[in-house]
Amino acid sequence: MKILRTIRTALQALQRNPMRAMLTTLGIVIGVGAVIAMMEIGKGSSSAVQKSIASMGANTILILPGTAASGGISFGAGSVMNLTPMDYEAIVRECPSVRSAAPVVRARTQVVYGNRNWVPSSISGTTPSLLDVRDWTNLAEGEAFSDRDVLNANKVCMLGQSLVRELFQGESPVGKEIRIKNVSFRVVGVLTAKGANMMGSDQDDILLAPWTTIKYRVTGSPLASTNQSSSSETSSTVNSLSQLYPGGKMSLYPVQSVTQAADSPMPVRFTNIDQIMAAAVSTEEIPAAIKQITEVLRERHRIRGDEADDFNVRDMTEMTKTLSATTALMTNLLLSVALISLVVGGVGIMNIMLVSVTERTREIGLRMAVGARARDILRQFLVESVVLCLVGGGVGILLGHGGSKLVEWLLHWPVENSPTAIAAAVIVSAGVGIIFGYYPAWRASRLDPIEALRYE
Amino acid sequence: MDLIELKDIYKTYHIGDMDVPVLKGVSLRIAKGELIALMGSSGSGKSTLMNILGCLDRPTSGEYWLNQREVGQLSADERALLRNRTMGFVFQSFNLLPRASALENVSMPLSYATGNISDREARKRAVEILTRVGLKERIDHEPSQLSGGQQQRVAIARALINRPPVLFADEPTGNLDSHTSGEVLKMFQQLNQEDGITIILVTHDPLVAKHARRVIRICDGLILGDSESSCEQPGEKTGEQTARVGDLSESAPGGA
Repeated sequence: MKILRTIRTALQALQRNPMRAMLTTLGIVIGVGAVIAMMEIGKGSSSAVQKSIASMGANTILILPGTAASGGISFGAGSVMNLTPMDYEAIVRECPSVRSAAPVVRARTQVVYGNRNWVPSSISGTTPSLLDVRDWTNLAEGEAFSDRDVLNANKVCMLGQSLVRELFQGESPVGKEIRIKNVSFRVVGVLTAKGANMMGSDQDDILLAPWTTIKYRVTGSPLASTNQSSSSETSSTVNSLSQLYPGGKMSLYPVQSVTQAADSPMPVRFTNIDQIMAAAVSTEEIPAAIKQITEVLRERHRIRGDEADDFNVRDMTEMTKTLSATTALMTNLLLSVALISLVVGGVGIMNIMLVSVTERTREIGLRMAVGARARDILRQFLVESVVLCLVGGGVGILLGHGGSKLVEWLLHWPVENSPTAIAAAVIVSAGVGIIFGYYPAWRASRLDPIEALRYE
Repeated sequence: MDLIELKDIYKTYHIGDMDVPVLKGVSLRIAKGELIALMGSSGSGKSTLMNILGCLDRPTSGEYWLNQREVGQLSADERALLRNRTMGFVFQSFNLLPRASALENVSMPLSYATGNISDREARKRAVEILTRVGLKERIDHEPSQLSGGQQQRVAIARALINRPPVLFADEPTGNLDSHTSGEVLKMFQQLNQEDGITIILVTHDPLVAKHARRVIRICDGLILGDSESSCEQPGEKTGEQTARVGDLSESAPGGA
């Protein structure tokens, strides 16, 4: 009740000099507007930067099979073939911190188109989800192969830019047939350029195909004879026509017979994959994702409590660190810019309020004469400056938001809405009003009514 | 019963190391319902006396009894409350809020009143009082749209909004021509007679003082004379006062 009246009195007082009120608020309007615009644009660029760092693979988690050792001789990471497509499916299904995952089957062999040939640094058999894992979903041309292609082991592939350059020389590769180890693949898509990775190896020198196709048709482990010992890249099996065009219906995993299921408590590993790539939901979720993956795989691989893992999980620590350092830097930069502009706005408010107090000395004297106590005067001027700041803050929010939208529209900069910035702007502008309005208000309340009434 | 009683009031200002005595032992009794003119030349201490009477200032020593209550040494906040409840002020330069309507000006003191007065009630009272001072048609006018006399009447209405028993007027006609001065003074007389409001006019103009029933003359911080007078029959003393004022080279404007 009382405060409502004070607010109304303040509004009336401000109305009496709208020009000055407007100019006073301008400082806060610009301050808050700048903060909001900076926050929104800054947050947009910050997440764009984070995204591009993330697209380098910062959120990627690599799952490799464990180490084989024989007679004291270790064969290094990935020498055991114990990762299965089912492991990959389980990770996708059971790990909430994993955004997506893809199995990878590697091959290294010659790719031929017409009279040209090339050995890409990596031929990966995978699923379409790999594109998501590696933030590579934008294709330069064509489209990605589908999950159906994976199920059917269709002979389709996507090419990286380097490979396209080497084989096609300016021709569009989409729809063309290339041959890998005498198996003919139709090119369905071309990946966008990704450049070299942090270690300097060309990431565009790549061929992606359904893993089933690479596994069963290229690296030459026909389903009929699938077992771990015979599935190797160096297999010298010759692809016969019947393998190129299998007449019979193919199933990915041979169905276990009832006897088999009853006999072996361990699931029979019918086929292996070389690695699984997974992407965490966000950088912060990486440790959680690693923990979940480890749990799922230990359970699937029947590893008891104190036994060592038979697989390796790796994340990109270096990149993750860069990512969080960048984020922190951006946030601090924005915060300091915001603080400076708000302090400038606040000083403006204080300046004008002091002028206002001097100018309205007689009004203050009069109010005191008719019974206003020092605290009434203090409150009135404080409320005035807070109202000014809040109105300025409101206008500033609209202006800043509009400004950032304009920047997005005209310059196509990435912009992100920031409700936190808006909430902070409201709180801070009220705070600025109180802090910078207090001194002038206090000065007003300390006036002597007699002097004030006589002031000319 | 005396409304106001001053007992041996001293007021000394300290300017630098110097003590400047302004009031040197003023004793005074004012009964309820009086219309008093407080006369004196500039520098005589009449403004200081009014400030003390109006509880805007505290005496250095002495007692000030208002309504059987010693109010001389109250704190600033207590005095503010007292001013709000029991006193109205009218100033020479009107002191209206610029760019606020007459109504807003008049109801302004209500926002500092302790009792909870609803907006409707406040408006009703302000309109009532503005009607009383003859400004019913001008409640939405701003001071810049009003003549001097009208502005002073708005100021009087503002002084009356809290229904105070005492009204202080500090040179209320100082900025007005003789015709409007007469109107304003007549209004004071009317308020005094009809409502029984005690009115204290501070002035240096004997023509203004003529309208009061009692004239207290003050000179050099002391009460020089306290006389009953009336507007109907200006006695010899009034003439003396004029002479005195003339001696102090304070010619009365518009006096003829």
